Amino acid sequence: MKGLRGIGNHVVGGVWRLGYATRFFLVTLLRSATSFRRFRGLTFREIYFAGVLSLIIIIVSGLFVGMVLALQGYETLQRYGSSEAVGTLVALSLVRELGPVVAALLFASRAGSAMTAEIGLMKATEQISAMEMMAVDPIARVIGPRFWGGVISMPLLAAIFSAMGVFGGYLIAVVLIGVDEGAFWSQMQNAVDFREDIVNGVIKSVVFGVAVTAISLFEGYDAPPTAEGVSRATTRTVVTSSLAILGLDFILTAFMFKGV
Amino acid sequence: MENLVEIKDVNFAYDVRPVLKGINMTVPRGKIVAIMGLSGCGKTTILRMIAGVLRPKTGTVKVAGRVMHQLDHEALYAMRRKMGMLYQFGALFTDLSAFDNVAFQMREHTSLPEPMIQDLVMMKLHAVGLRGAQHMMPSELSGGMARRVALARAIALDPTLIMYDEPFTGLDPISMGVISNLTRSLNDALGATSIIVTHDVQESLKIVDYVYFMSDGMVVAQGTPDDIRNSKAPFVHQFVWGEMDGPMPFHYPGAPYAADLELEGARA
Repeated sequence: MKGLRGIGNHVVGGVWRLGYATRFFLVTLLRSATSFRRFRGLTFREIYFAGVLSLIIIIVSGLFVGMVLALQGYETLQRYGSSEAVGTLVALSLVRELGPVVAALLFASRAGSAMTAEIGLMKATEQISAMEMMAVDPIARVIGPRFWGGVISMPLLAAIFSAMGVFGGYLIAVVLIGVDEGAFWSQMQNAVDFREDIVNGVIKSVVFGVAVTAISLFEGYDAPPTAEGVSRATTRTVVTSSLAILGLDFILTAFMFKGV
Repeated sequence: MENLVEIKDVNFAYDVRPVLKGINMTVPRGKIVAIMGLSGCGKTTILRMIAGVLRPKTGTVKVAGRVMHQLDHEALYAMRRKMGMLYQFGALFTDLSAFDNVAFQMREHTSLPEPMIQDLVMMKLHAVGLRGAQHMMPSELSGGMARRVALARAIALDPTLIMYDEPFTGLDPISMGVISNLTRSLNDALGATSIIVTHDVQESLKIVDYVYFMSDGMVVAQGTPDDIRNSKAPFVHQFVWGEMDGPMPFHYPGAPYAADLELEGARA
């Protein structure tokens, strides 16, 4: 009986928190006017923190993922005599899947966790309460700009990740292994469709940007104002965001590429 | 004298735990009123109600004649613009310099030109003696300096009501003296009204006009600083003179000592 009550409590608590998170997300959207009215002063700064400061990890990871894809792809493709198609393989894998997904996972670990910790600490040190006391809405002033900063940064980071991956693939396939450069690029250009592949990849990265940033900000805002509370919230951000990215990726892929 | 704050029969509970039980208080305009009591007795909850952050379960909290929990979002924010609050550890925005912290409300709520904001911030920082620290970040300020910058920020828009939540906690004697003198002088210079939530008896009795003593969610004593110093009420006496034992026992209730030591023949 006690166990059953525990499960019930857990479910009710989970549903309540999901409702609270949804409400928080909607309120953030409704109070977004400040983020755009003061874009240069507020949102620009957040794009710098979420986007520009994530560039190094995105560039390095993109490069290595592209290089590994080229190595693995070449190994398999050459068995069937189509090693020139390695460019196609690298580009499609990156633009459709790996670019948005891996960039979002990295974004969640680097920028998402930082957002959660920052908001959590602002709450723990009463900065959020102080803002409310000064009649400044913290959702509009603190959460909104960070949300839009994250949402704008994410597709740009995913695009940079994919571009660096393609460059990494080029370095391995063409420069190191010696695959024909013309074939590498032309096959890639023929195979990658703007609407089907690139736009869909961008849509994915925007959705991941919304999910990761909303989760990170909510976890920070909802964190108990203690060192342990902030630490747990930061961990939850990375775990929940990663699961959300993978789950959403499956759903989006199922809708986008159903005819393929 | 007209009251700026009137708290009438207020009851409040966090979930089912009662925190305030039938509180009645008044804060006259221009005066400094202290709310004292042990940690967890509901002092800060009262401040949060005056600011309209919490709603009383029953009773009313009126500020300038308006019932705080009946105000809509716009009206509540309009009221808060007339209030300043100094938090226990300052609550300065860590990503802004001392100057920008003080300028924060001016930039958010007014359309004053930047040169005028510069002058006003300088005046506020000068009033707390920290004009020279304008470029410092909160992490570079000592505890006392951070509290003074926070005080300058609290008075940025010349509030009618200034609230202090444990302003003396963790300060060295010099910083404590500075903050307490500033509290009095700023209140008088601005023609404001102040409420200080504190358990620092000696420091606050020097500057306040009236004291409410709280225990277990109720007002157990009240009076002028002299009334409080000369009070014979056991709780007030123990609190003011810092005695170990009294109505607030030194030992937290528990099993008999002998029983915990498992001494032979111990009676339950």
